[in-house]
Amino acid sequence: MADPLAAEPLAAEPLAAEPLAAEPLAAEPLAADSSAADSFAADSFAADSFAARTSWAVRSWWLCARMWMRSMMAYRASFFLNLLASLVTHSLDFVVLVIMFRHTDRLGGWNLPEIAFLYATATFSLGMANLLVGSADGLGVRIMSGSLDTMLIRPAPALSQLCAERFSLRRLGRPLQAVIVLVWSLATLDVHWTWDRVLLVPVLLVCGTVIFGAIYVGGATVQFWWGESKEIQNSFTYGGATLLHYPPTIFAKELVAGVVFGVPLAFVNWLPSLRILDRPDPLGLPTAFQYASPVAAALCVAAAGTAWRAGLRAYRGTGS
Amino acid sequence: MPNAALVGARPPDTSGGSAAGLYAAVARGAFRRYSTYRAATLAGTFTNTVFGIILASSFLALWQARPGLGGYDQSQAVTYIWVSQGLLVTIAVWGGGFQDDVQDRFRSGDIAVDLYRPVDFQGWWLATDLGRAGFQALVRGTVPMLVGALVFRTRMPEHPLTWVFFLLSALLALLVSFGLRFLVSITGFWLHDSEGVRAVMLVVSMFFSGMLLPIALFPGWLGDLGRVLPWAALVKVPTDVFLERAEGSGLLPALGFQLGWAAVLLAAGRGAQWLATRRVVVQGG
Repeated sequence: MADPLAAEPLAAEPLAAEPLAAEPLAAEPLAADSSAADSFAADSFAADSFAARTSWAVRSWWLCARMWMRSMMAYRASFFLNLLASLVTHSLDFVVLVIMFRHTDRLGGWNLPEIAFLYATATFSLGMANLLVGSADGLGVRIMSGSLDTMLIRPAPALSQLCAERFSLRRLGRPLQAVIVLVWSLATLDVHWTWDRVLLVPVLLVCGTVIFGAIYVGGATVQFWWGESKEIQNSFTYGGATLLHYPPTIFAKELVAGVVFGVPLAFVNWLPSLRILDRPDPLGLPTAFQYASPVAAALCVAAAGTAWRAGLRAYRGTGS
Repeated sequence: MPNAALVGARPPDTSGGSAAGLYAAVARGAFRRYSTYRAATLAGTFTNTVFGIILASSFLALWQARPGLGGYDQSQAVTYIWVSQGLLVTIAVWGGGFQDDVQDRFRSGDIAVDLYRPVDFQGWWLATDLGRAGFQALVRGTVPMLVGALVFRTRMPEHPLTWVFFLLSALLALLVSFGLRFLVSITGFWLHDSEGVRAVMLVVSMFFSGMLLPIALFPGWLGDLGRVLPWAALVKVPTDVFLERAEGSGLLPALGFQLGWAAVLLAAGRGAQWLATRRVVVQGG
């Protein structure tokens, strides 16, 4: 059945120092369609070991994603307009922060380059997760229309297909914009770089992407039981990223505690950023928390995978 | 789904001259249709509330650093967030509502027939949008406000009449919003796909309506520009009315500004509709 890690091509990779290297795009040679079809048949039956299943799930994701990419390029003008709009849209949030800082030089005790770092890391993590697995939130619609059944009988993991559904490179707008802000922020910041801080930046970006990806998949799973919960998920994904744009010092302590111990959004960037930027922790948690993002990410993936399996088991089909 | 609503409510006969009755029926139908999405409405309300809490916290931090910024005191700044969250979906600041239905009809090709129905294309969609907004005002417009008032120190209107003016201003905001969205949708007759234009519109609308940040905080020429563009009618004016920044003799120019833009945009929409009708004729239906 569907592999819980299918949604997380990143989790299948060792935590590379370069987050982009974890992209399946780079890991996957551009196979011609015929050879892809051959391996398609071979792989689907040889899916037994965990590693083999995972790599098969990632490959299925890539095959579907490539198909969607081609179809999306059919409306070229619309595509470029969309990409441009997406770049500008996501820049707007940052413009708002910049305008805020025309009126003050500190927000919650943090200056603009520090907040830009938070903004860029949160936006990058959300953007990459959205690009890779964001389509999972269309599950409710697929259940309603019965097209999930179609996915289930194809010889590829349903989760891979679902996540690659309507895959579009125009979603690169968000992470691209985040990278620009991140470069500016790192160039402007006055950080005392130690080896652990240098290492924490890529770890943060990868783990942040994985955590948001797990939230996308876990949130989609809720739709097995409640078809219209997509909006709730937006509170945790888009709302979560908005929360992480701002320093933890401006929020009520209960809320901060909630995103450490509840939905572990604080591990996306707040906690590691406290270490990188050498800021005091408003909750006064042990220092270990600031390095614990990989643990949180692994737990999130496990939880999302378990939820997905439970959802799929509970799924009865449309009966058509 | 949307088609069912359209087809099911096909006008029997308009020769009776009861056009108003027809549009009222269309609006009622849209209201009922949206009221069936109960779970989605609840989920959306939850999202508005979450965003409200996050943004209100960031505003509090900003106004703690700069009390009285933009002429808002702290409780006004926080209230601004909650009122705008209530307006966001009700008046469709970032698009949606009837736009999704129109887009579906472009994809299916039904749109060509729509221009030849014995009801007015623009009037029909305006009626559905009024019905939709009417329903969304009930839950998505009020619940975030209530939660905000419970969790934060908000500022409610001091004069009872302000509520009336606020509702009027929100209605005018909806007309302006409809005028803008209608123009975006109708570009589909020329571009075959209004998705791209809609995406651009979303950006402009979110920023220049004051949804992300009050226009009073925009620096220099950006602020001057923001105050005269039609998007200011969506969030800036209704919040000014609610917070009693525009009151007494200041009410007239504020509401007049909204009314003026609504008239201009609806007229432009009519012109575009006329051109589209001719275009469909040239193409042979």
